[in-house]
This record gives sequence, C-alpha cells and structure tokens, in this order.
Amino acid sequence: MNTRVAPSVVDRKPKEGIAWRTLLGRYGTLIALAVLLLVNILITPNFLQWQTLFVNISQVATIAIVAVGMTLVIATGGIDLSVGAVMALAGALAPLIFGSAFGMANPVLGLVLAIALPLLAAMACGLFNGLMISVMRVQPIIATLILFISGRGIAQVLTNGNLQTFSHPAFSYIGTGRVLGLPFQGWLAVAIAALVFWLVTRTIHGRHLLAVGGNERAAELSGVPVRRVKIGVYIICAFLSGIAGLVVVAINSASDAARNGNLMELDAIAAAVVGGALLQGGRAPVFGALLGAVIIQLVKYTLLANGIEDEVALIAKAGIIVAAVALQQGRRE
Amino acid sequence: MLAMRGIAKSFAGAVALDGASLTVGSGEVHGLIGQNGAGKSTLIKILTGVYLRDAGDVSFAGNPLQIASPREAQAAGISTIYQELTLVPLRSVTENVVLGYEPRTRLGLIDWRRAHARTRSILTDFGIDVDVHAPLGEYSTAIQQLVAIARAVSLEARLVIMDEPTSSLDEREVAVLFSVVRRLREAGTSVLYVSHFLDELFTICDRVTIMRDGATIADHAIGETDKTSLIAEMLGRDVSEIQAAGMTELGGGSNTAGELVFEARGVATNRRLRSLDLSVRAGEIVGLGGLLGSGRTEAARAIFGADRLSAGTLEFTGKSAPPTTPADAIGSGIGFLTEDRKAEGIIPDMSVRENLTLALLPALTRHGHIDRVRERELVEGFIQSLGIKLNDMDQPIRELSGGNQQKVLLARWLAIHPKLLILDEPTRGVDVGAKFEIQAIIRQHVERGVGVLLISSEFEELVEGADHIVVMQDGVSVGRLSNPGVTEEALISAIARAPGTDVQQEIS
Repeated sequence: MNTRVAPSVVDRKPKEGIAWRTLLGRYGTLIALAVLLLVNILITPNFLQWQTLFVNISQVATIAIVAVGMTLVIATGGIDLSVGAVMALAGALAPLIFGSAFGMANPVLGLVLAIALPLLAAMACGLFNGLMISVMRVQPIIATLILFISGRGIAQVLTNGNLQTFSHPAFSYIGTGRVLGLPFQGWLAVAIAALVFWLVTRTIHGRHLLAVGGNERAAELSGVPVRRVKIGVYIICAFLSGIAGLVVVAINSASDAARNGNLMELDAIAAAVVGGALLQGGRAPVFGALLGAVIIQLVKYTLLANGIEDEVALIAKAGIIVAAVALQQGRRE
Repeated sequence: MLAMRGIAKSFAGAVALDGASLTVGSGEVHGLIGQNGAGKSTLIKILTGVYLRDAGDVSFAGNPLQIASPREAQAAGISTIYQELTLVPLRSVTENVVLGYEPRTRLGLIDWRRAHARTRSILTDFGIDVDVHAPLGEYSTAIQQLVAIARAVSLEARLVIMDEPTSSLDEREVAVLFSVVRRLREAGTSVLYVSHFLDELFTICDRVTIMRDGATIADHAIGETDKTSLIAEMLGRDVSEIQAAGMTELGGGSNTAGELVFEARGVATNRRLRSLDLSVRAGEIVGLGGLLGSGRTEAARAIFGADRLSAGTLEFTGKSAPPTTPADAIGSGIGFLTEDRKAEGIIPDMSVRENLTLALLPALTRHGHIDRVRERELVEGFIQSLGIKLNDMDQPIRELSGGNQQKVLLARWLAIHPKLLILDEPTRGVDVGAKFEIQAIIRQHVERGVGVLLISSEFEELVEGADHIVVMQDGVSVGRLSNPGVTEEALISAIARAPGTDVQQEIS
C-alpha cells in the first residue's frame, strides 16, 4: 500500500524498498543461515572444528526429520502438536522390545521388531489424528492436543516413569553410527527429505496434498480424495516422529519418556515456517524445512556454546518464528 | 462531479491505461463497461488511490484531486463497494457500517446507541429490515452488499463506486439494490456502476462509458445506444457482424441428440433438492432454469455425487451404480464446472498447469508418478485450442483474468473427455468476448457428442442456447420446455408460475 510520501504524482520511480523485501522474502532463510555461520565463526570458540559439525548434525537430524513431516501437515492447512509425544512413545517402546526375554533370545528378530513395532505404534497415533481431523472434523490443533498430552503419558506409564538405560550397539547405530565419516542420522534426514521431496513434486499424492491445502472444496470437487490425503499426512508425520524418537533413544543409549521429544513440536513448526511453509497451507518446501531445522539448531548451539541460559534460548527461538512470519508477509505480496 | 482526463498508467513497462477518461455528472448513475483487461479496474484503482497515475488530470467536485491512499479517497467522498466484499462477517451489522468511523461519547468510548440508531435508519431508508446487532455473516450476500453500501452512505460519500454489485444476487435482490441506487441518485450522490450485465445498464444507468485496450472508446447517454452497439464497441467489431452471430454461441435447438447419457428420477437430497426429474442425451444441451435458491446447483451436486441422495434414482448409461463421491463421478465421465470460481474452482496458488490437470491426474499417473511430459503437452494443447491468454503455464492461476481462469477450469473438465458436462453459470463474471469464446467451445464439444447440463441465470443463454430447459421451483423440477420455439417470456412465466409455494422464503 502506498503511503503519502510524494506530493508529485507524476513520474514516480518504483520504490527500492520493495525490491529489497522480495529479495529478503526469497532468500531470507539463506541469508539468515549465512549470518548465523558468520557470527559463530567470529564469536563462538572452536566453531570451525569437526567435532562441532558432528554434534550439530547429530542433533539437527531429529528436528529435520520431524520438520519434514510437519511441513506436509502444514501444507494441508493443519498442524500436529503430538510429534514430541509420539517420539517419546516410540522411543519408550524400542528398549522394551529388544530388552524383553523374547528380544534377548532372538537378537535379530528382536532388533527388527524393536524398530518396526514402535514405528507402527507411531503410525497408529497418526491414524488417530487423521481420523479425528478428517472424519470427526475436529480442528487439527485440538485433535493433536489429545495425543500431545496423553501420548507422553502412555510412554511414561509403559516405562514406569523411569529412565531406562541399555547397551545395544546394533540399535545404537541409528544414533551414533557414521557413514562416510558423518553421523548416520544426518544421512537419514537428507534421504528422508529427498524421498518426501520426490513425493511432493513428482507424484499424484504430492499434487493432491497441495491441492487440499490450496483450496479444499475445489480439490474435493475435482476428485481429490481429501480425507485420505489428510489421514495420510498425519500418518507420515507420526511415522517420521517415530523415527526421530528412535534416533534420540539410540543417541543416549537410554530412553527417558519425560524428555524425549520435549518441545519438539515447537522446533518442528518453527523449522517448517522458517523454511517457507505457509500456515494456511498450499505449500510444502521440503528442503526449506531442512534448512529451517539447521537454523533452529544453530541458534540453539550458538546460545549454548556462548554460555547463555536455556530460558533465554527459548526466547530467541520465539524471535526467529516472529521473524519468519514477518518474512512470509513480505513474500505473499 | 468527476472528470478524469488523459489518464495513463503502466506496470513494469506494460501499458494498462493510455488515454483513458471518465466524466460523471452530479447525481448521475454512470455505467462503466469493457472486457476484462480493458482497464476498468485500473482506472477505478487510480480514482480510489490504490494506484498512482503516471499522467493525466482528475478533478472531483470542481477541485483537482490528489489522493495517494484509499483512506484519502474516502475522506474526499469517494466510496467503493468491491466485488469481493470487504466486510467482517463475524461482527454485527452496525460494527461493519461504522468500522473505523465509530461515533464517540464524550469519554472517547464508542457510542453504541448512536451507532445502532444511525445504522438502523440508513438501512430502513433502503427498505431493509435487519437486526443490526446480529453478526453480518448470518445474512445473505445481497444484504451484506447493501450493508456495504450503507457504510458508504454513512461516510457521506458523494461518489459511490460499485464493482459488479449484482454478480451474486438474484433478481429480487437486484431489484432492491436498484431501488437503493435510485435513492442515492435522488439524494444527489453519483454512482459509478461497473457491470458485465449489459441489460442492467439500461435499467439503472443514465450514461455509460465504454473502455477497450486501456483507452476510453465512447461515452453515451444510455437512451442513445443499444445493447448490440455496446457489445460492438467493447469488442471493437461491427454491429452487423455481431447481429449475424446472434447473442449466444451455443446454438440450442439445432443439435442432434444421441443416446441417453443419464436420467434422474425423483432425486432428493438434504440440501433443498426435493424432487428432480431430468434426462440428458449425448450431443444435446439441457438447461436448468429457475431462480436463485430453486435447487439448480443442488441438482448438479446430487448428480455429481457431492451430496448424498435421500430419495430417488440416478442412472448413468453403462454404469450399474450412481457416483457417491466426486472422484467416482469423474471416473464415470462426469465433469462439474462450479458456479463459484474462487471458492470451488481454482486453487489460486497452484499453476495453470496443475489446475488444468487436477481432475485428469489419475489418468496421467503411473504407480503414483506423474508423466510430466504428457502433462505439459496436454496443457499446451488446451492453451492453444481454447485460446487461453497467459505468460507461462507454470504461472499461478490467480494471476489470470476471470475469463481465462474460467477457460482453464473448463479445460480441466474437457481433459477428462466427459460424457456429461455440468456447467453451473459457465459465463458469469467473464467479459463478453470470453463469453462468446466459452460458449463456442461448449458447442464444439456438444457437436462431438458430449451431453451438457447447463445452469444459467441468464435467460438469453438458456433460451437461445439449450435444446431443452427443465424449470425448477423450490427444489422441484416443475416443467420442461423444448427448442426451437422457447421464448424468454415463456421461460420467465414457467419460472414464475406459482405452484402454491412461497418464493419469498428463498431470499434470506
């Protein structure tokens, strides 16, 4: 909207401020990343060390994996608050399975089940969310609030609220293994993002997903199976959360149902939004979510490495979300 | 009252206006017409301060007008009622009328008693009786539109601009709107009236300005012109050419019907459709006539599987069961071009390509993977054959003009090679040129054997375009007229013939 700047109406040149805003809107995420890296190189001790890279990759992977799922959910115009709770649930189940008498007796099958069953449980959570939202027509924020609260509760009941430590090198590989010298879960996150990117851009499912987010009524009247699409994204999001939950447990060689995935919903939403997802739906920037996750992780790391308290770090994260939303406004015009 | 002369405006090098002018007298209702892209909206946006002009003079009420924002335009006495209503549906009628200009008490609080009283008195003046405390969203679009006008009046506008005010109103609502416009005129307020419905101009306007390609072509007193010459001026063609072509391109009555495509018997749904009897054959156009709210769109939704049937049978030739979802219907070769392009048609942020192939997608897909080469070829083909004007098939559909959006949506359905095509107001809100083109496309496909069910509020389109017209009243199909031989009078009397039902109720 034009402000009343110039009294002379004739011969006005386009304002340069506008070009700046589009530039910021388009490349804002990359600029933010560059600034963060630069600041860290300047102020954070030992930033340019392999160790720093490893730590950050192994920590960012879980955020990234969940953020990719969250991006799909947001693309349909929904939101999933239950991701952290689903992580806790999947994470709590795994050690129970490979640590059980059956798991000890059949180590290979035990390991397979210790990965498969928690993921199935996660998908069941996603199915529940999806049914609530598409069939019962409950608002996504309310529907996923149910598991946000109860999911972690179930996980804690399963483990009696105790921290469960274990030693299982094969399982721990998904959190501590290295491929080509870099953490396994980093590769996993990139692979997942690539697969989901392909899904979104090249398949009918992706097209349907964006159509539902862009205009649900029009999509339905054009033959898009709206319910199935919505149920599908919540299942995928929960499945990815389940993977992230397993990774966290594997990193720590311990499952702590009270802390696994705690506040992950905020990180994941923030990463998706920073990555360019629009909360009203219709856009699924998968690699943007990856980038967003890296930014969120770097901010956390920067504050931590420079001895700033956790509480302040939370405020800083909120600041990032505000900035990302502000940039979205610029992008839409 | 208003004089705009030599207005020019270009956007990033593209000329939108060059040599546009507009003169509106005091207390005059002035029509402004032109095809989409002729520059009407740009001219209005310059007048209301949304855009700044590159050249030209504007004077208003005798003084040169310098405005740089809509708010300044409002302060100067220019009010706009936009096509898309810019009101707040969840707030009360009063709040919507006084929003931003609330009367204050001495303490600086909002004086609700005065606000309600003022709103009530303006609306009563219009002859509308609504509860000003109720949320605006509870009322029909027509009432909302009138509330928007009430707002303009309460701001003591001296010029009210109405952009397509009747596009979502039915006839009786239009009549109420017109009486309000006449009242404004009597009170000395000027009205600038933008419309695609040419008939309306002759009912309500004193003068009319015609625009084409960013320039003003002519300015007539309405009594000195007629519909055909207006169309000729808008299109830049000869009057004789237009007359030879007739007023619609659909060619009803001349089609040769093939075998039965589908038949509905006693169909009812829970959405105001009580009993529908209807059949469509291949290669014919069956029109559905009736007032707004008579159940035409509901009939279409039922046939398309979008609403569940509560009674009756639907039979499609060669299908054992009627469709129960739109996806089903599409699979059986039914297309449904919806009435509300924005809400139920386009997916605004998706590209033209993606919008066009949305319904066809399953056929373009193998193991979930979209054949993008074939997709592009197909879209390119439709862009050529339908004459869709765009820069690039990958640009978002929202950037296209209304007529071109409509062509893309039509292509969405033609792409599935439909046996039955349901068209709900296919030419509403598009300019005359695009309208003829769309009608010609429809006719082409009818000649190739597509059965068409045409819903239209334009009697002309039905009378001249359809082979048969099924007349609906209050959710019931009450009669069937067949071409050749149907006249507008016959259709109107069939629609209006009261079978003892209370048409009154359908409005609010």
